[in-house]
Amino acid sequence: MADQTFPIPGTLDASRSRGAALLEWLHSWVVTVDHKKLGILYIVYALFFLLVGGVEALVIRIQLAIPHNHFVSPELYNEMFTMHGTTMVFLVGMTFVFGFANYLVPLMIGARDMAFPRLNAFSFWMTAFGGLLLYFSFIGGFGLYGMGSAPDVGWWAYAPLTAKAFSPGHNTDYWALALIVAGFGTLGTAINVIATIISMRCRGMTLFRMPLFVWLMLVVSSLTLITITPLTAAQIMLIIDRYLGGHFFDTQAGGSAVVWMHFFWIFGHPEVYVLVLPAFAIANEIIPVFSRKAIFGYPAMVSASVAISFVSLTVWAHHMFTVGMTSVSNAFFVLSTMMVGIPTGIKIFNWVATMWGGKIRFATPMLFCTAFVVQFLVAGLTGIMLSVAPWNWQLHNSYFVIAHFHYVLVGAIVFCIFAAIYYWFPKVTGRMLSEKLGKWHFWLFFIGFHVTFDTMHFVGILGMPRSIYTFEPDRGWNTLNMIISAGGIIQAIAVLIFVWNMIDSYLHGPIAGNDPWDAWTLEWSTPSPPPSYNFATDPVVHSRRPLWDLKHPNDPDWKYER
Amino acid sequence: MSTIPIFADENWRLPSRGRVAMLSLIIGESAIFTIFVVAYVYYIGRSTFGPTPQILDVPWFNTVCLLSSSISILFAEHAIEHGRIRAFGAWWALTMLLGIVFLAGTAIEWKRLIYTDGLSIRTNLFGTTFYSLVGLHATHVVVGLVMLSLVMIFTLFGRVDRRHAERIQVLSLYWHFVDAVWVVVFTVVYLVGR
Repeated sequence: MADQTFPIPGTLDASRSRGAALLEWLHSWVVTVDHKKLGILYIVYALFFLLVGGVEALVIRIQLAIPHNHFVSPELYNEMFTMHGTTMVFLVGMTFVFGFANYLVPLMIGARDMAFPRLNAFSFWMTAFGGLLLYFSFIGGFGLYGMGSAPDVGWWAYAPLTAKAFSPGHNTDYWALALIVAGFGTLGTAINVIATIISMRCRGMTLFRMPLFVWLMLVVSSLTLITITPLTAAQIMLIIDRYLGGHFFDTQAGGSAVVWMHFFWIFGHPEVYVLVLPAFAIANEIIPVFSRKAIFGYPAMVSASVAISFVSLTVWAHHMFTVGMTSVSNAFFVLSTMMVGIPTGIKIFNWVATMWGGKIRFATPMLFCTAFVVQFLVAGLTGIMLSVAPWNWQLHNSYFVIAHFHYVLVGAIVFCIFAAIYYWFPKVTGRMLSEKLGKWHFWLFFIGFHVTFDTMHFVGILGMPRSIYTFEPDRGWNTLNMIISAGGIIQAIAVLIFVWNMIDSYLHGPIAGNDPWDAWTLEWSTPSPPPSYNFATDPVVHSRRPLWDLKHPNDPDWKYER
Repeated sequence: MSTIPIFADENWRLPSRGRVAMLSLIIGESAIFTIFVVAYVYYIGRSTFGPTPQILDVPWFNTVCLLSSSISILFAEHAIEHGRIRAFGAWWALTMLLGIVFLAGTAIEWKRLIYTDGLSIRTNLFGTTFYSLVGLHATHVVVGLVMLSLVMIFTLFGRVDRRHAERIQVLSLYWHFVDAVWVVVFTVVYLVGR
């Protein structure tokens, strides 16, 4: 195919030397403004940091496998859990979100590119260099001599630990500056996604005919606008404190450490929804296709997503019950947090109702999505438990909290990201991923996940606090910690199988064709991989499932939709 | 798709992507300013030593200049829409002039605060919050002026015409936003907080 967007080495011009061809190929990726190439760059970047963050998690788990372990020093341990959190949230979660949004939103709404292609490229490279700056910290400062100067103040970077007196050197500065840079990239992409969805839809694609994926990306991007910016503001204050001698978080001069906590969690809690709503978006596309039914309750899904984004802005201080707020604020944040359960409950019921009575095909994407629904429900239930202030006082900063939010971040988000890669890999590369390796990946990861994170709840209830680099052998945590670490190894093996599957299938996988899953949204009407212009003629849509209408001209959806 | 009867509205019109993007940017920027305003308000009267907000003079002249620049840019938008390039250039230049006067006023105010009253960003909590909030706004004025002067240069070289009306209006949205933020900053810092 002459209009391939995904270069295959065999198609390179043979008349020039391999070196020159390679250089040209690299150059085409660096200067690209094509939303599909940028989407691929985002996702490859996120996958790379997923592996890096995973290795950091393994270091943490090896250190905690037995009491009094000396695998890493306390200082390196602090750097490991800080970098693990920061990497997974900002360099993996956010980049996956915007990678999928970049690749899929224009294809799904029948557009030829994003609204601002050059802003798109600029945003990606800002994010990319933010990540590089963060990891440069390992060799920056005193360099590899000693421990490097990687951030070591936790991904929440509470004051006054970040003050010059307690965090000399540049560890905290790398954290703040890298995230400010990456944050501007995120802001640029969020603006771009909103403008694309509002202004670039093809004819007939009214707001209520958009795929739910696109709806959720609109909600996520809008939420990002007011979520990532408070963090940028707070980090600018932190930099002012550290470099210009300011007093924002300097308690000796009247500043307040609690204000930092408020500012951080005003960012930090909606951020969780910025990460989890795309997981919902992916499930909204995959579950109907593999249940052979249209999504149940489309308007309810849209309103629930919008409701989640609004409620999520009012719950931040449930991270701070132990700080000692007034009982009125405690009660407010307990109730607002519990309210999140209503729209998310609507969603879970709708997914189950979509599967109910469907002809379910348990291909790998559907396996991951099914596990997601169950695990997200459990995560929601422990969330309701933690939202009760007295219960929270008992378990705050314990491994119960770690287990709860990893159930969301891994059990929901990572599972859906895997589902999305299995689902859209054929569209992006033109080749199917191996189902056999996919099943191995799923079951190993599923087992490893539950071994690790189910057990973590118990060790948390037994009182093990987070962020400790080792523990005493007489606490009764020994066996449980060994089990948790073993689960981590199982997950690592599953991820290695996944990486091998991607490489092997990219080179030798069966050819996918345009529409391997018999799906209904517009991206499956293009060749795999799509040409750089996406659609030869601008599509016109008449319902929420334009490809269904094409495949079933006698029974089109627009006859029934209102 | 031609086999399916066309129901789509023949007049398929969507909002301008420039306006949508600028409004999104403004929402994001508002969140940044909100955080700084909240910090300022929360820390009022919490400085343990040094000068207090009572040393501030209300910058009425500055404020009038900046707010009237919002009116002059409106006239400029109106002029370019009707293709009156000379009038556009004149109103645009006036807008820039008013912006520059505002910045100069801020510079004079800061010089007095630093050299006469001894208030710098590191003096006390009031200095930290005051300079960062007012400075954040001034930074936005500077960014706005840079973009305004780009348009001015293109206008002087005769490269701006009626077709650019929409882009000019999108840029003006930003300038209006900078003025609107000043209303908030002015009220909080000079009227309520003093």
